[in-house]
Amino acid sequence: MRPAFSVIFLTTLIGAGQGLFIALYVTELGALLGAWAVPPGPYFALGCALSLVLLGGGLLASFFHLGRPERAWRSAAMWRTSWLSREVIALPAFMAAVAAFGLAHYLRGAGDLTLALGAAGLALGLLLFVCTGMIYACLPFLQEWHTPLTIINYTLFGCASGFLLGTVWAAAHAPALVTASALWTAAFTLAALVTRLASLARNARLKPKSTLQTAIGVKHPRIAQKSEGFMGGSFNTREFFHARSFASLRAVKWAFLLLVFPVPLTLLAAGVALSSWPVLALAFALQYLGLLAERWYFFAQARHPQNLYYQAIS
Amino acid sequence: MSKQLALVIDLNVCVGCHACVTSCKEWNTSGEAGSLSDDNPYGRDPTGTFFNRVQTFEVGEFPNTQTVHFPKSCLHCEDPPCVPVCPTGASYKRAEDGIVLVDYDKCIGCKYCAWACPYGAREIDEHQKVMKKCTLCVDRIYDELLPPADRQPACVMACPTSARLFGDVHDPESAVSQAIRDSGGYALMPEWGTHPANHYLPRRKTEITLHRDELERVDNPLKIDGKLPKPDIRAPSLDDSTSW
Repeated sequence: MRPAFSVIFLTTLIGAGQGLFIALYVTELGALLGAWAVPPGPYFALGCALSLVLLGGGLLASFFHLGRPERAWRSAAMWRTSWLSREVIALPAFMAAVAAFGLAHYLRGAGDLTLALGAAGLALGLLLFVCTGMIYACLPFLQEWHTPLTIINYTLFGCASGFLLGTVWAAAHAPALVTASALWTAAFTLAALVTRLASLARNARLKPKSTLQTAIGVKHPRIAQKSEGFMGGSFNTREFFHARSFASLRAVKWAFLLLVFPVPLTLLAAGVALSSWPVLALAFALQYLGLLAERWYFFAQARHPQNLYYQAIS
Repeated sequence: MSKQLALVIDLNVCVGCHACVTSCKEWNTSGEAGSLSDDNPYGRDPTGTFFNRVQTFEVGEFPNTQTVHFPKSCLHCEDPPCVPVCPTGASYKRAEDGIVLVDYDKCIGCKYCAWACPYGAREIDEHQKVMKKCTLCVDRIYDELLPPADRQPACVMACPTSARLFGDVHDPESAVSQAIRDSGGYALMPEWGTHPANHYLPRRKTEITLHRDELERVDNPLKIDGKLPKPDIRAPSLDDSTSW
């Protein structure tokens, strides 16, 4: 598939926003259980605002994917069948929960209300991860995507990125929380490493179910396309192939494997040891770059069976 | 059982002339739904929206090759994967005749349906920014102002070799159903369970089988013809009795 940058920004930005909110809620739950003290002042409210900025940025990016953005409101209609429609509903609902959670903290401080609102936000945030992942995982003939690992990876990458941002936030405003937050971040990052390596290994072994033989229904081992019916390009030749060499694909893979896992983990350890929030912020920024590369690779690696019909111009 | 309109395309007689492509484009770019936009139609890199394409494949290895011309358009699947993924309901399958259509006024141009079609049957209109696809000429086949013989898709009307048949594949007595039954009609990419309504008829070799008894006169079992004596060289011939 041709990676669409609108969708790459949408999924990485809302993933970080969801993860940051979950990190804030875990902070509140931990304080409730006595693991650490409740962070001071507007920690939660401003943290929620930061999460909303990320979510809003993702939402904005998604509009650039639409040919007719002025009709975007229609996309909530088919939630009974379409995961895209479900995501369109889950994202604003989650944003509302984040806003309510932050507002309740700002106006009344931590209490039963924030606990309940946070629980609703946690549920909606996890639901949003499922919706986003299922948009891709539900398409059976995009075999690289058609696996539960897609949803797991979206969730773990979002949590890793959001908890890393939560660690930056803690380092800047509540240094007592940094160590615990860094441990959560490391756990999510390592878990994401395991599941992403699993999906890479799975995809490397995939055998395409569709062949030129099933595509045109001729049972002969040697079929070669001589003409695709036109000599200029078409939507079919532009939308479904990344048009990059395998070498650059491999370079992107190694770039994201480095930028998402070892680089931010090293910087995370350094940032915690030095108790320096700029180092942690650098870790987040580099990991976000890596996540852009990871999402690009996720799209580029998927081989659409329609490409079987477009292998030779003439 | 409800109606399911579809095309049956006979690969045995398709000559790859692209008449169906141009006829389709002509009809559907002139319709009330608006044009099918093109860019640089006469330039270096022409591109545009089409509902129908004719592709060509070479089967086998030289010198034993066959050229297969392969017209490709929306297959109007009985279980279309493009329909449930549409977030707005713009993509739908009509209950009354099984045609898969796009409501251009509801489409937001998110392209998710095109991702969800394994056949690449949908093309976005780069200017109107909505998804487009074969409608089986729905604005033509029910038009009572046209003579009944003309109430067929433009591609079917245009085909000079009658490689394209149009009809209801759920009616076992229809011409398309009989063609599928009698000539081994098949569906594309059956592995995805989309159950395409359009079918293709395979290429068939035209062979005549001659049996030995067909090479001999049945009413001459003793080959008496061959045993007739040759006339003597001195016997009178036609030349002797005719003067010119």
